[in-house]
Amino acid sequence: MKVTIVDYGAGNVPSVERALQRLGADSLRTNSIACISNAEALLLPGVGHIAALVRALDEQKLRAPLVDAIHRGVPFLGICLGLQVLYECSEEALQLSGLHLLPGRVSALPSNVKLPHMGWNQVAEKRESRLLRGIHKDAYFYFAHSYAARDANEAAVATCSHGTEFAAVIEQQNIFAVQFHPEKSGAPGARVLQNFLRLAA
Amino acid sequence: MSLAHRIIPCLDTDGDRVVKGVNFVGMRDAGDPVVLAARYNAEGADELVVLDIAASRDRRPTFLETIRRVAAELAIPLTAGGGIRTLEDGRVVVRAGADKITVNTAAVERPELISELSREFGAQAVVLAIDAKRDGDHWDVMVRGGRESASRDAIAWSRKGVASGAGEILLTSVDRDGTQSGFDVELTAAISNAVSVPVIASGGARLPQHFVEIFTKGAADAALAASIFHDSIQPIRALKEFLAAQGVDVRLPC
Repeated sequence: MKVTIVDYGAGNVPSVERALQRLGADSLRTNSIACISNAEALLLPGVGHIAALVRALDEQKLRAPLVDAIHRGVPFLGICLGLQVLYECSEEALQLSGLHLLPGRVSALPSNVKLPHMGWNQVAEKRESRLLRGIHKDAYFYFAHSYAARDANEAAVATCSHGTEFAAVIEQQNIFAVQFHPEKSGAPGARVLQNFLRLAA
Repeated sequence: MSLAHRIIPCLDTDGDRVVKGVNFVGMRDAGDPVVLAARYNAEGADELVVLDIAASRDRRPTFLETIRRVAAELAIPLTAGGGIRTLEDGRVVVRAGADKITVNTAAVERPELISELSREFGAQAVVLAIDAKRDGDHWDVMVRGGRESASRDAIAWSRKGVASGAGEILLTSVDRDGTQSGFDVELTAAISNAVSVPVIASGGARLPQHFVEIFTKGAADAALAASIFHDSIQPIRALKEFLAAQGVDVRLPC
């Protein structure tokens, strides 16, 4: 199986690619509509401003093939902005439409804590998570974001807290997503990616 | 469950070698950046910073190659900087594998550099490095490797930097740097309380107790050091175990 990394120009694509290589996984970075339509498994990384992601998907005409593939059941892993874009919209760019694969919106973390939420934090499993399988409950993951999915949502199998509780891990059928950066989260992060590879195989 | 205080080793590089000075002068060779990066990644460092202290144009390709080789060793975030003067300089460093970019002198001279980088990469990728030196009743911003005064108040500059789009402050005490007499708790607390973003304290670390102080009294979110890690005076794992025993939240490998 090959993981198709949607490469719309995000900064963390090379590190995601390297993390997959370390696990012995075959991957392809692409912004080709055909490659995304024919993908066996999809990975959408993303860091920075959500408007850059949404605009890139639309300008490169990747929105429809991506959503279609996910609707067909192709295993999908979103990382950071790749999680946030699954919702209807984000407060970071309200004029832009998300992928509408999950209900609700992404909102700003409260300003009574230091932002961005930057560094290593732990997550609380709300129900059995397939992505977190085999990972110690006290493990830390690396976060770097100021917006988050704060709406209580059945798809959130694990949450994190920084000023408020928010979705850290999303699992809904073939849709998987993490707010943290597994490619930057040491051994537990590698295990998340490995779990996704197994689920997608 | 809470955000861990970060321990960050810093590699000051000149070309393809790590060097570390005392009070920014008297450089000596401390090793191969790739070897050190792999060691810190394995020992539980929370991030790694690589600074090109020479920042000369002709050595730039060597520095970018160092970033690429270091990034290949890491499963933790990498910050790179030194000599970043333009948006294009930032792009090249990010493309080489850095997750965050630090800017210092060039941002003092042209603060729009911070907003340009922040717009392109997001605030979480822009680290404003401030070298501060005590001057009477305030702290002065120093530039050009801590040698020249920018005649600017460090607290005011940190606020302006954050308003311009910096997502983190890397605060070095020029007075303490290289002295191993402890972090500047007063300076760090003053800046940390003045801004809404995380602050990385730097300069003066030697003893584990120095790290406890900077996290508790100094309100630092992260602490950076170089030679005590390079010389194995203070192994990272033992430091984190000490901090955990003192009640400081740190990430211990599970």
